[in-house]
Amino acid sequence: MIRDHFRVLVVDLATGRGSVVSLEGRDAVVGGSGLAAMLFAKYGRADKPWDDPAQPLILAIGPLTGYFPLMSKTVCAFKSPYHDQYAESHAGGRSALSLRFADLDALVINGRAERPSCLVVGSRRLEVREAHYLWGMDLQTTGKTLRRMFPGSGHRSILRIGPAGEQGSAMACINVDTNRHFGRLGAGAVMGAKHLKGIVILGDGIFPLPLTKEYPKLFQEVYRKLTDTDMMDKYHNLGTPINVAVLNGIRALPIRNLQQTSDEATDGITGERFADATLLRHMACAGCPVGCIHVGFVREKFMEPNQYLYRQVPYDHEPIFAVGSMLGMTDAFTVLALIDAVDKQGLDVMSAGVALAWATEALEKGILSENETLVPLKFGDEQTYRQAMQHLATGANEFYRLLGQGTMKAAAYYGGTEFACVLGQEMAGYATGEVFFVSQALGFRHSHLDSSGYSYDQKHTDKNVGDAVGFLVRDERERVLLTSMVACLFARGVYSEAVLADCLRSVGYTTLAENIAAVSNSIQKLRWKTRLATGFDPRAVTIPKRFTEITTWKGKVDEGYLSALKEEYARRILELGKDEQG
Amino acid sequence: MERCIGCHSCSLACGRLVHKCLSWDTAGIRIASSGGLSTGFEARTCLACNPAPCALACPTGAYSQRKGGGVIVKKNLCIRCGRCAEACPVDAIYLNATEEPFVCIHCGRCVPFCPHDCLEMVKTAGEADQEEEPQEVAQ
Repeated sequence: MIRDHFRVLVVDLATGRGSVVSLEGRDAVVGGSGLAAMLFAKYGRADKPWDDPAQPLILAIGPLTGYFPLMSKTVCAFKSPYHDQYAESHAGGRSALSLRFADLDALVINGRAERPSCLVVGSRRLEVREAHYLWGMDLQTTGKTLRRMFPGSGHRSILRIGPAGEQGSAMACINVDTNRHFGRLGAGAVMGAKHLKGIVILGDGIFPLPLTKEYPKLFQEVYRKLTDTDMMDKYHNLGTPINVAVLNGIRALPIRNLQQTSDEATDGITGERFADATLLRHMACAGCPVGCIHVGFVREKFMEPNQYLYRQVPYDHEPIFAVGSMLGMTDAFTVLALIDAVDKQGLDVMSAGVALAWATEALEKGILSENETLVPLKFGDEQTYRQAMQHLATGANEFYRLLGQGTMKAAAYYGGTEFACVLGQEMAGYATGEVFFVSQALGFRHSHLDSSGYSYDQKHTDKNVGDAVGFLVRDERERVLLTSMVACLFARGVYSEAVLADCLRSVGYTTLAENIAAVSNSIQKLRWKTRLATGFDPRAVTIPKRFTEITTWKGKVDEGYLSALKEEYARRILELGKDEQG
Repeated sequence: MERCIGCHSCSLACGRLVHKCLSWDTAGIRIASSGGLSTGFEARTCLACNPAPCALACPTGAYSQRKGGGVIVKKNLCIRCGRCAEACPVDAIYLNATEEPFVCIHCGRCVPFCPHDCLEMVKTAGEADQEEEPQEVAQ
């Protein structure tokens, strides 16, 4: 509902009770990323570890969620088990619209339930229900069980964790409505530490429409732009997996733990190949007509004669790179089987794939033995990876438990830090060059989505440090505004600052519309301030040697340029965080 | 509907344009997964029954038979008894917290918002020989 304050439900899992809190700040922090940082300042504890029951798990949406198309994502904020610092992860599914129709701008989950439980919220509902029988269940079974337990098909969102989250893996994700994830930086472990197996959000509220004449007109215009041929072609047709062939073609696809950046054998896992052979259908997040979710299938023979089961598996560029090219897989169905195996366990696919790629090379080099890996990891060997995924999710031995805390932590203990493909966290699927490596290593979420460094690399051959870092800071600022709205970043071509201001004005947020540039500036600072306060030091970030050993279409990576970029970006980040403190 | 991707754009358009609400419930077409997301989606919408069981069940004349199938609803005659929703064989009528009913009026305004061409307006047998303007919701 349009209102000049935030309506936040704060739940205490220990007591099973909550309170609806009204908070000022719409004109200062907007929602989403900005609201989450504000709520962490109020409810979080920078000085306590991530798994302290006092730490909140925060879900936040934006002022235009549900009111305009592609305003369809949710920000999840928490203190991360990966680095014990403030972190964000973003996902769509039906989570954003369900929160909107539950009449909540944010949900703050505090405390720890005495026994494994699930939380149900709606516009007229709050319940913490003991559910010990769900503990240990994989993601898919948990989802099916929660659907039966809490009816409301189509208009609810179901968030859940798998075994990885239960055992505290820093690579554990929160699955959202089967096909989407709060994937990175261990949000799943935060739920696990709270004994919270699932969250059901019932989107059962109904609101009056904004009465302005502009709103329906503007909606129509934005909708038309977002569904024009270009948008649909880029994200709906082949979707993000189109990048596999493109990056392979410019020698920028990470392959076999980034030992290569191009290989003809990856022809078997291109977006075109996935679409031709495996694509069953498209799906969409609620409130988004683009429908970028690509769903393929795996078919498994579980018994002779001819006894099969099948499952539907969503795919994107990132999972394809992580358990495909990074693990030496050259067949699309094998990649889908691995995505499915990882997802079932509640592990983040990107992190798990990159971690096992490092473990494979470490085993090859004799740094690890099978005493640690338990299975003979080998690039291209699907079966051993399937077993390793399970070991990683369940923390089968000391090695896998440490690897689950982050590849660099395992490498620091066993050796092999120089070829650990870690840029703040396990790398994303772009080996485009220096600007991307620095943008992920130092970026707020350590994500390729913090700013488009990968795109800058592909468009610039010059090595101007000031220009490149200036671009990263500017691009991040624009994206922070979008993630405070919380728009899907695929809509960034349509939702310019001017269009966002028009949209805000049309639903009644006039002051915010007038100050939008200044507000995005201050949210960027607030976020960095929050991150720095929990211990992040951008000057301490290292970029492993492997990233300087590769050759892309631009030639060999320039160590001097990389180092200068890192130093300048760290300086700018400290400046951003410091300004706000002053 | 086998093409449906679950974006809810149709429901939200109906709520916005016909029933003047921000809602995916107060709409003449509502989307639900047919037994979990992995089995696809189904639309809960009026099948244009003729005679319409909901109109027959309505005790106050708020519901009347629409030519060619479906119903015309006059909300000012409605006493919020909920009998229409009970009578609907396909769960196409949504009742809000005050039992106010919301049902498809066969106006077609959801159709252009479907990005996957799941929806189209077709004439029923009874409509084939006549031209009819889409009705507005009578409040």
